Amino acid sequence: MKRQEYFCERDPLAFPLWQKAVVGIAGAGALGSNVAMLLARAGIGKLIISDFDVVSLANLSRQAFNLDQVGMLKVEALAQNIRKVNPFIELEKHKLCLDQDKVRELYHSVDIMIEAFDTATAKAMLIECFSQYFPETELICASGLAGYGKSEEIKIVRAGKLFVVGDQSSELVPGIAPISARVMIVAAMQANLALERIVWKSNLQ
Amino acid sequence: MEKQLTINGQIRPWQEGMTVQDALDLMNYSFPMLVVKINDEVVLRADYGSTTIPNGAELLVIHLISGG
Repeated sequence: MKRQEYFCERDPLAFPLWQKAVVGIAGAGALGSNVAMLLARAGIGKLIISDFDVVSLANLSRQAFNLDQVGMLKVEALAQNIRKVNPFIELEKHKLCLDQDKVRELYHSVDIMIEAFDTATAKAMLIECFSQYFPETELICASGLAGYGKSEEIKIVRAGKLFVVGDQSSELVPGIAPISARVMIVAAMQANLALERIVWKSNLQ
Repeated sequence: MEKQLTINGQIRPWQEGMTVQDALDLMNYSFPMLVVKINDEVVLRADYGSTTIPNGAELLVIHLISGG
């Protein structure tokens, strides 16, 4: 299949910008795996994805993996699934647990960054890291996505280069995983915002 | 200049020497993990007790909740 054939019916203004873009994704769980699939379908040129974990059975309730991938590294399984949808995307995958040093090493040159961690502590680490070292890079975080329903409570709060998607209130109940439908709304809003910001930034130049 | 600050869009009285932690206590923000920005600058978590807020400042406090 030819590249031109695959990328048909694309937005003539936005698509070339997405093709040139590099998006960083920290975490390949419920948010990260779904955001990555959406951005790959949209035609983002390159994704840099990090995660230390392997796919578990419990993950299948909300993460973009399949039964036959249980036990695989999430970054490997995700790359497999992305390539089945978009063979032309460039993928850089890292099996590791991100700390500030690794974030600085791997994500120093992204056009836009997506926070897709599960713990609040890791989310805070990434926000502090970007505000200190990459204050000019836009960072799209998620906070508050547990439960079901209440779609209308999910919003985007912006503070300079930081965007936070979620309801900022729904706490996880121990032992109950986030539910796919609501997680997917947040993931889709993160991806949609990233696509929008890439186009918006290029209009400034 | 009036002695006040804005916290998440709400106007509150400002006092000389007021720290980020004082502002969080004032608002009863008790979530374990927050992001605080003063006039669009992130305040590190370790500095909440030592960072003072200038008069007229705009504070944005975002709750960070696990999940994802």
